[in-house]
Amino acid sequence: MPFFAYAAMFLILPAATVMIGAFKSTDGGYTFDNIRAIVEAPNIRDAFWESIRISLTTAFLGALFGLLIAYAAIRKGTPNWIRSAYGTFSGVAANFGGIPLAFAFIATLGTIGVVTQLIQDVFGVNIYQHGFAIWSRRGVELVYLYFQIPLMILVIAPAIDGLRAEWSEASSNLGASRWQYWRHIGMPVLMPSILGAAILLFGNSFAAYATAYSLTSGTGLPLVPILIGNDLAGNVLNNPHEGQALALGMFVVLAAMMLFYIPLQRRASRWAK
Amino acid sequence: MRLRRPQIAASAVVWLVLGAIYFLVPLIATLLFSLRDAQTGKCCSLSAYGVILHDPQFWTTIKISFRLALETIAIGLLLFVPTIYWVHLKLPRLRPVVGFLALVPFVVPPIILVVGLLKFYKDTLHAPFWFLGKPDLFLVGAYVILAFPYIYFSLDAGFRSIDVHTLTEASRNLGASWRTTLTRVILPNIRVAALSGAFLTLAIVMGEFTIASLSAFHTFPTYLQYVNESQAYPAAAATLMSFGITWAAMLSILLVGRRGGQRTVRVGIGR
Repeated sequence: MPFFAYAAMFLILPAATVMIGAFKSTDGGYTFDNIRAIVEAPNIRDAFWESIRISLTTAFLGALFGLLIAYAAIRKGTPNWIRSAYGTFSGVAANFGGIPLAFAFIATLGTIGVVTQLIQDVFGVNIYQHGFAIWSRRGVELVYLYFQIPLMILVIAPAIDGLRAEWSEASSNLGASRWQYWRHIGMPVLMPSILGAAILLFGNSFAAYATAYSLTSGTGLPLVPILIGNDLAGNVLNNPHEGQALALGMFVVLAAMMLFYIPLQRRASRWAK
Repeated sequence: MRLRRPQIAASAVVWLVLGAIYFLVPLIATLLFSLRDAQTGKCCSLSAYGVILHDPQFWTTIKISFRLALETIAIGLLLFVPTIYWVHLKLPRLRPVVGFLALVPFVVPPIILVVGLLKFYKDTLHAPFWFLGKPDLFLVGAYVILAFPYIYFSLDAGFRSIDVHTLTEASRNLGASWRTTLTRVILPNIRVAALSGAFLTLAIVMGEFTIASLSAFHTFPTYLQYVNESQAYPAAAATLMSFGITWAAMLSILLVGRRGGQRTVRVGIGR
């Protein structure tokens, strides 16, 4: 079938090239040196740590705020138009990543950004003299949340919808408090979906390149995708197989993430209507 | 007695307002930034928009990206519609295989894919320049893979919601060829799914930076990055235009979905 031939040519074989290339030495033999090099080099270890740290933070905060906003938009009493406005906007914002997103935040909180100047004018405080920078870790996390929260809203909304009104009515008829309802019914039902979505958010942030590149201009904050990009662009070329070893490292993290994701997904579909 | 409408909960108001502030402030700030005057830095002037609209590079790159998007959509649909149709009809055993392949791009994101593509085509196959240097071949080749999960999940849901077997048998029994069956019977029934996949692909390709930039092509997102680095206020204007493209694509999905009686919003990977 042409489909499988295509997938082989543009996905499977290139991916296999990365995996194999990571174990190749410069003279063509096979070696673990590239892997050892990325495990031992302090700057690469730092980059992995930095990437994982940012991904964990934005996955956690994105899942938390996304859940709270999605619940607020869906729960009884919230007008329907607010719900659909949030739904539509999340669809757009979750796709609004990369270069434009980075610049929107530079225009907002960059050194001459609108909000930066507003704070300066109103409070007389220059946030850049108080440790904030849009290209720092905090800055990148703040920007990533702009696509993480909407992604969480999109992914978790069907699960919140699946919480049946009868469950909450039944539990309150039996004398349970709101807290007891959430503790024993709501949260256990939602938990697999929340964890699954958080894993998705982690991978989403871990693999992001364009946003970070544009914010940090390719230097500054060392993240694994940025290192791979620099490697490809030829900015640092000590070993041609280093890029492949880095890519393999990313792949291992993402594959491990999938191993958790798939069973959670199965668990989450148990209560689906 | 009329029932009173339930009141919106106070905590819901707090979270919805906080969310709205976080999501709207960067957009409003970008708009204000784009209206600043190039000389004085004060409001309000439309000159930033003029700079972008008069830049031939803007028109060239936006046309290239749009063309690449159309090509990706065409190849993607040509490749995936018959495959998914056939898998649903004759080879349901293969469904998990195709479903698994649709998950692979999440584990091999653009930054890994571009390493693999360059190593594979440049260093292993020594592909000629007419392939490597042409965005319509190299980039579209990669973009079809990026779009694959989204087109797949969209189409798979579409095919599951119709009775493929009955429709096919009815059409075949009435003497239609396979091609007629696919184009005249099946396609109209999955039109909404195919269109939402297509609009999502449009949004993805119009925003894809990683692969284009690292394999040295000039597309709309690489132009945006170039403006970001060189001209601050026009960059804000271009950013808003790019946001407008994403909006248009996503609203189109909602519109075709509403007419087709489905509500679907899906997610892309434009990062």
